[in-house]
Amino acid sequence: MVQVLQQILFLLVAALGIGLFAWQVRKIRANILRGKDRDMGGSVSERINKTLLVAFGQQKMFKRITPALLHLVVYVGFLVINIEVIEIMIDGIFGTHRVLRFLGPLYDVLMATNEVLGALVIIAVAAFWWRRNRTQPVRRFTGVELRAWPKLDANIILYVEVALMLALFTMNSADLKLHQLEGVELPGTFPVSSLLVGLMPDNVTALHVLERVGWWIHIVGILAFLNYLPSSKHFHIIMAFPNVYYTRLVPQGQFSNVDSITHEVKAMLDPSYPVPAPPVDAEGNPVVQRFGAKDADDLSWLNLLNAYSCTECGRCTSVCPANITGKLLSPRKIIMDTRDRIEEKYESPLIFEPNKYQGEERVHVDEEGTLVRGKVTPEELWACTTCNACVEACPVNINPLDSIIEMRRYLVLEESAAPNSLNVMFSNIENNGAPWAFSPSDRFNWADDLYVAEK
Amino acid sequence: MAEQVAKRQVSVPLMADLASRGEQPEVLFWVGCAGAFDDRYKRVTRAFVRILEHVGVKYAVLGMEETCTGDPAKRAGNEFLFQMQAMQNITTFDGYGIKKIVTACPHCFNTIKNEYPALGGNYEVIHHSTFLQQLINEGRVKVQGGESYKGRRITFHDSCYLGRANNIYEAPREVLAALDADLVEMKRSKANGLCCGAGGAQMWKEPEPGKKDINVERTEEALATLDGNAAALDALYGVESGNEGATPSPKKSDNGIIAVGCPFCMTMMSDGVKNKERENNVQVFDLAELVASAEGLNA
Repeated sequence: MVQVLQQILFLLVAALGIGLFAWQVRKIRANILRGKDRDMGGSVSERINKTLLVAFGQQKMFKRITPALLHLVVYVGFLVINIEVIEIMIDGIFGTHRVLRFLGPLYDVLMATNEVLGALVIIAVAAFWWRRNRTQPVRRFTGVELRAWPKLDANIILYVEVALMLALFTMNSADLKLHQLEGVELPGTFPVSSLLVGLMPDNVTALHVLERVGWWIHIVGILAFLNYLPSSKHFHIIMAFPNVYYTRLVPQGQFSNVDSITHEVKAMLDPSYPVPAPPVDAEGNPVVQRFGAKDADDLSWLNLLNAYSCTECGRCTSVCPANITGKLLSPRKIIMDTRDRIEEKYESPLIFEPNKYQGEERVHVDEEGTLVRGKVTPEELWACTTCNACVEACPVNINPLDSIIEMRRYLVLEESAAPNSLNVMFSNIENNGAPWAFSPSDRFNWADDLYVAEK
Repeated sequence: MAEQVAKRQVSVPLMADLASRGEQPEVLFWVGCAGAFDDRYKRVTRAFVRILEHVGVKYAVLGMEETCTGDPAKRAGNEFLFQMQAMQNITTFDGYGIKKIVTACPHCFNTIKNEYPALGGNYEVIHHSTFLQQLINEGRVKVQGGESYKGRRITFHDSCYLGRANNIYEAPREVLAALDADLVEMKRSKANGLCCGAGGAQMWKEPEPGKKDINVERTEEALATLDGNAAALDALYGVESGNEGATPSPKKSDNGIIAVGCPFCMTMMSDGVKNKERENNVQVFDLAELVASAEGLNA
């Protein structure tokens, strides 16, 4: 009877957890699709290759070896322990116990690997916690954009991971002791739990309860954590894969072309050039398209996908020449602001709603609260040297530079709000064909009185 | 120095003149605005022409027909101005049937190579570092017979638009390796190189408020590398670990060289060296200048 009740309860909990997650994913998908279309190009095989190397293979993490190894432990732990989650799901539905035991020696290896990885995960998580929370944390875990919520979020993830591992060990240790008392051999090898058996009570009922509690905490914890992801930077464990897959496969120096401007320029140069009709909305009215990005939904869907893939690790900001030298610009802030803004304007996930977030005040310079000025200030945008260091540094191929350029385009083309010295540069190019105020007739003077040694 | 040798005056061939004779150059040398107007970078342009003359490549320049590629306008967000410039240049290139372009400016290189195709301009574009590397590999430039750089300490500053933007890291280093100098790498080099601070149209504006100028930060790193100052290098922030090479040995660098391959890096690093009052014992040179001088082409 208890068994059947457990099965029914489990089915309900699992359905609720997975259904809720699907509902949240739909909202986020809708948010991302608020972005503008982007010409993608590139071959599927090249994309798969990149995904295998950068996402699965964590290639770019290995630029910094210490966090790379710590992260690898948690990542591999996540992958392998998920096999055990499959077993838990099957056991939960069908009321079986350790259904994968038929794997025999392979089950021994699987359980032993799980246990060793579980212990290593706890050690790695402790190291992560120390790197973030000591008096002088690793520098990239500080910064204006790391306000109260992102800091709390980072720690919640660590606490949950430890809790899940402890539940796993409780379950295994109690199960092991139970089998020892009953004189039956438990399938699997448990190098860590066999050390913890001594801590377990000798009462069979208590052991049964402990085993069940461990089992339930582990699986309910995982389902709850799954529903926490969309509110968290930890969403990267899913989003990193599509994000890397959709990386722009062009040289990093190649900035996007604005096709609507190309049509305009071509029509200016050749009056017979056929300008394509502007896009129309459902009622047939032409859609007024803005140049560049004023708000988050003016960006491309790729920029928005980027925002949902960000782990807020700060590698981008730590290599940004502007940030290193004390300017306001932080590429991580641009990405985090984008995610906050799209959720503020459209759908927000279950737990974290930027609208209701009472963190420290942001620098608002715009009543409307749009991405530019409402969140990102022109001062940040103009400090960028377009050096691509942030793009190169991102372990999941986020491109903050692409968003920065879209926002600069808005400032220049829609508001003529470039710094004055840049307006002078523009008019020099227009009038002299050079960004400096030199006379075009002096352009070839460098060749005067030029001699070469005859050899 | 090499013994006194004969010199001859160079009459730089203009594309318009070649076209009027129905000739095509092997390669068009795109000089760029800095190469044409900036007094310091004009010396690089002249050094590169000396090399072209020396090896006998059939080349031409556009002279007064050149106009800004539009790079600074595009980086600053002025897409309209960029495309106007680009269309004008594409019309010029196509009018002459240009196929191959070499330039000493990574910004012009990146823009013509990567951003002109979307506007209908398709050319083989190479940066002068790759071009020089090819000449050296083919034995057409021996890097001998002029000034010797043997044993002099040189560090190469990667230009963002050559390096991260286009993945060209080895060509400039191979050119420098041919000098038989004491090449040392900055901690932040290649893909992890630190910008000089001039890209993205920063060249034409004052930096935003901060605690330091970017070119000073980068110059300090270059100087500490040339000096082998381990303490200064360890204090750097933003360094990705796993960079090749250990800290160079301490050295009283009284003739160190910061090598560059970009007109903006040239300006920023030269200003940085002046800012640190090291212009008496550290010089900033472009790759073409080093090659021309090692080959003994200056006259």
